Amino acid sequence: MATRSQRKQLAVAAILALMAALLAACGGSSSAKPTLNWYINPDTGGQDAVAKKCSTDQYTIATQVLPTDATQQRIQLARRLAASDSSIDLMSIDPPYTAEFANAGYLAPIADRFAAKLKSQSFKSAIAAATWKGKLVVAPFWSNTQVLWYRKSFVDKAGIDMSKPVTWDQLIKVASQNGGTVAVQANRYEGYVVWINALVSGAGGSLVQDAAKGVDAKITINSPAGEDAAKVIEELAGSSAKPADLSVSTEGTASTTFGSSKGAFMVNWTFIWHNYDETDPAVAKDIGYAMYPETVAGEQARPPYGGIGIGVSSFSNHIDLATKAMECITSPDNQGINAELTGNMPASAAGYDYPPLKKLYPPDLLALFQKSLQVAAPRSVTPYWGDISSAILSTWHSPTSVNDQTPQESATFIEQVLKGDALL
Amino acid sequence: MTTATAARPVTARRTTDRSAAESRLATKLVAPAVILMLLVTAYPMLQALYLSLFRYRLTTPGEREFVGLNNYTTALTDSLFWNDLFNTVVIMVVSVAVELVIGFAFAMVMHKIIFGRGVMRTSILIPYGIITVVSAFAWQFAFSLNNGFVNGWLSWLPWISPDTNWFGSHWPAMFAIIASEIWKTTPFMSLLLLAGLSQVSEDMLEAAQVDGATWFQRLYKVILPNMRAAIMVAVLFRALDAFRIFDNIFVMTKGAQKTESSSFLTYRQVIEQFQLGMGSALSVLLFLSVLILAFGIVKLFRVDLAQARGES
Repeated sequence: MATRSQRKQLAVAAILALMAALLAACGGSSSAKPTLNWYINPDTGGQDAVAKKCSTDQYTIATQVLPTDATQQRIQLARRLAASDSSIDLMSIDPPYTAEFANAGYLAPIADRFAAKLKSQSFKSAIAAATWKGKLVVAPFWSNTQVLWYRKSFVDKAGIDMSKPVTWDQLIKVASQNGGTVAVQANRYEGYVVWINALVSGAGGSLVQDAAKGVDAKITINSPAGEDAAKVIEELAGSSAKPADLSVSTEGTASTTFGSSKGAFMVNWTFIWHNYDETDPAVAKDIGYAMYPETVAGEQARPPYGGIGIGVSSFSNHIDLATKAMECITSPDNQGINAELTGNMPASAAGYDYPPLKKLYPPDLLALFQKSLQVAAPRSVTPYWGDISSAILSTWHSPTSVNDQTPQESATFIEQVLKGDALL
Repeated sequence: MTTATAARPVTARRTTDRSAAESRLATKLVAPAVILMLLVTAYPMLQALYLSLFRYRLTTPGEREFVGLNNYTTALTDSLFWNDLFNTVVIMVVSVAVELVIGFAFAMVMHKIIFGRGVMRTSILIPYGIITVVSAFAWQFAFSLNNGFVNGWLSWLPWISPDTNWFGSHWPAMFAIIASEIWKTTPFMSLLLLAGLSQVSEDMLEAAQVDGATWFQRLYKVILPNMRAAIMVAVLFRALDAFRIFDNIFVMTKGAQKTESSSFLTYRQVIEQFQLGMGSALSVLLFLSVLILAFGIVKLFRVDLAQARGES
């Protein structure tokens, strides 16, 4: 039997061996060319192509795909960043969560020189969505907006003039009188809030004012504009123009409704133009487009703003390289390449000059996209957007329950939620 | 922790040098396990208790603020909390009741069948082998308005049309969720019941038959009383399981149409809204509810877990 001192020596030797093995495992791979991890939202290969094009001798950009749902993207990124995960270098960030990330200190600051360049090249709405407390915090990469898509055959049959601005009220009436549907996004998800925000903005209102004050922001959904928005939803939900799946409708199901025999009108993002090319060429030929519908007749419609901004993580080990990569990714040419492959349109007018886009889209549609982006209404930029959006959903969903009391109820509820007095 | 207390009697005895050294060695040997247990179970639980006293958001850590029991009062006075608790109880009661009946029938079949025993048992158990998320998606597609077959199959019912949106209102959505839950976990129930069924002595059944008892009399007077412990264990396990329902709701409705359960509410606070304080408070409340439920079932039905294992 071993003596006590022998046992001790053995134990010390074992511990040393273990530590040596651990240290060896930690070292290594420091001399090789660094790989920058770019967390992207799923698309049809646009960001992959840009990542390849922007990889240089100094670094390689590798893409990591996030979940499809914007809420899940936010959850994954925020939880990793809250734990100071250094494996994220670049991120594709959806506009409603930009402020939250910036406020939490997750985003590396953008140099003034580059910020100035971005400000001069990007659309106004893109800059508004990417700014927090007066500073540009992400680089606008692509900007999306919704337009009103219609079936030409239906419009001819119904005899409505689409060359002039139309209102929601008009659309719903025409569609229900002629056996058509008005497809929207009204499932319990961010897309429904996008619609509500567009309706309220279109009536000259807003959901939140002084959003930078965070919890003390002024909730302004309880206003005549909020009531106008509720009226549109109530009217559609109570009419025969309502799609059967209204309360669970998303961008995808709306495009199915629009492509069906009852399809007439739909508000949806830019990708719709090439959506039916392969699945239903007859529908593809029948698509017309116009400016987003007006909430109130005679008042400029404010179409939704969507898109992606590129942010550099402040926990990255390669902030300098990632910033260089960000400059490359958001250059107008690369915005064009991404748009060509995905249908997600550039965040800058210069991006629209990318020649292949002119072959893929008719010039008046490209002009409509740009015009829509000029007047688009981004969702309120606040670090509490997640709470506000969920609170709106729990009071405005399902669309069939919306009435003239809804704006007031939701305003009270949002305030309670922000103060921590109500469960969300 | 149990290993640490087990070591104590040894030291309590009159000690020789050798036994003292052995007990010291024993303490050293179990220490890593005890520390690990404390780290992975006790620490998170205490941390949750501690966090539940704060208003704390993951993305605004600077605004963390001590609020005492405020989170608990907010939760307990909020109608959403009680609504979700009610939903959870409805799902639990309905699914366990239905599963008990179907599961018992399946257990009888598995017990009595002579031909193709393996095939029959396997086919009854298949749903339990499927991951809950996968089964939830399968059922969501089945009930879906756009690509489901349920509307087509049930079109002979007067209130079902091709346009029936199952996830469009509260009760149909709850029906779909409960149906999926029942389909998925009935095999588990029948497995537990089968174990109980095989403990019923054949001699007693034969004696009853000789005494002229009918099939129903044998079921009610012999089989069920002898299976009581097994039935209660099955109900206890499934009730606790069903009370924590999450996956089906997450996949099928994401909590829309007021179909949220208590677990889902907790998930949303912690994971979706990063409200670590409120979320921890809800976790604690959920834990207490499960504890009360387990205690209630054990007391109410006088479940003897030892008896269920055949140790009586």
